[in-house]
Amino acid sequence: MDYLNRLAETFLDWKAIAEVLPAMFSVGLPNTLVLAIVSGIIGCVVGMVLALMGISRNPVARWAARVYTDVFRGLPAVLTILVIGLGFGPIFRELTGIASPYPMGIAALSLMSSAYIGEIFRSGIQSVDKGQLEAARALGFGYGPSLRMVVVPQGIRRVLPALVNQFIALIKESSLVFTLGLLASERELFQIGQDAAARSGNLSGYVAAAVFYLAMTVPLTHFVNWIDARLRTGKPEKKEPDEAAAVVGKGAHA
Amino acid sequence: MSQFTSGSLEAKNVHLAFGHNKVLRGIDLSVPAGTTASVIGPSGSGKSTLLRVMNRLIEPDAGDILLDGKSVLKDNPDELRRRIGMVFQQFNLFPHKSVGENVAFALRKLRKLPKEQAREEALEQLDLVGLRHKADVRPATLSGGQQQRVAIARALAMKPEVMFFDEATSALDPELVKGVLALMADLAKGGMTMVVVTHEMGFSRNVSDTVTFMDGGVVVESGPPGQVFENPQTERLQGFLSDVL
Repeated sequence: MDYLNRLAETFLDWKAIAEVLPAMFSVGLPNTLVLAIVSGIIGCVVGMVLALMGISRNPVARWAARVYTDVFRGLPAVLTILVIGLGFGPIFRELTGIASPYPMGIAALSLMSSAYIGEIFRSGIQSVDKGQLEAARALGFGYGPSLRMVVVPQGIRRVLPALVNQFIALIKESSLVFTLGLLASERELFQIGQDAAARSGNLSGYVAAAVFYLAMTVPLTHFVNWIDARLRTGKPEKKEPDEAAAVVGKGAHA
Repeated sequence: MSQFTSGSLEAKNVHLAFGHNKVLRGIDLSVPAGTTASVIGPSGSGKSTLLRVMNRLIEPDAGDILLDGKSVLKDNPDELRRRIGMVFQQFNLFPHKSVGENVAFALRKLRKLPKEQAREEALEQLDLVGLRHKADVRPATLSGGQQQRVAIARALAMKPEVMFFDEATSALDPELVKGVLALMADLAKGGMTMVVVTHEMGFSRNVSDTVTFMDGGVVVESGPPGQVFENPQTERLQGFLSDVL
């Protein structure tokens, strides 16, 4: 029982948790959301460009997208964040006067997520039946407009679950910006938990951070499953039998 | 009197190869305005490819395509395709748009009609194929025959001068084939210029003005249906007809 008590004190010190909650809500949660959402949006934009480059008829564009994707999918997140943040951070600060590590943190997260999102979009676009492109072009749409108005919207719909998964990954990876050194007001969920743990010598601050992460990621995971099931089965719809030849040809009396 | 402003279509000595695979080896096809040409032949004979070359979904390596007597190879291919409607074996309706929007889409985006007017015209086209009441459902809820009729309405909405049918009934359940063929026959009677790639020998014999038999990327025989079906000259056509009839 002694061990159990010790574990309970270490992880579930309610007082320590209560102390850290205000900062979690007012500072950590907004910061984590800013990091994840901004990099998610940039990642989608850059990812779409990468996807279109990846299916382009121009071999140079395809090759460039391939190299980018291989590099940023192949590196550990913490390494990319450190290299971008510590390498480009000082230059960025000199040029803009902005000392916050957020722009570089967001840049690094965007670089990584766009590599994944690009692959997600590409697979979605390529999974659309090629008859769709053909039908749009046969109507008189050019190649680009056909892709943009017919193929891409269908491709994106199909990969919504994978996109949400990518966003979940971003929420978690945003914790790694702590490696760039954050001011008190810049701390996100993980850093606040870590600070609390360091101050109290008790791990309950991490537990509080964990609860916040789970409160975001678990519902999103179930949301993914829900869209996934819905995309697979569709809304329940009734199929009617064809009302045959009788109704056709009203307009065609020569 | 024709209800369509149809044009004549002509392919002259069209060649196409994919790498070493010569798919079309000097095809000639002439379809006078307001007539229906059916193209028959075994799979892999180049029939479907010929359609795609004639509306420049695939650019020919050599030869010429004439619409209303004028070569179209120098024109903007997107504009050419607005003048030629195409109906596919697998319908290729846009599954993420309603039936009405499938028909109205090109009217809005290409003919730049205002939304209301595009919808009005789309509903009129759907009326012609008997599916006006389905305008607000998704294509996936329709039967294959209904989907193909929507696809025909979508192509007709652009007021094409020529219509291509690429095995339009091959993917349909047997009992749904009749409705689509009846609609195609109505279009032919209405004076639409049509090129129909088909395995429906009955349609080919009864509706078309000329029948062209292709095999191995060349036109083996062509003529009025009576001649082609009753009096085939070549062994290849005789063999093909005895296989399919």
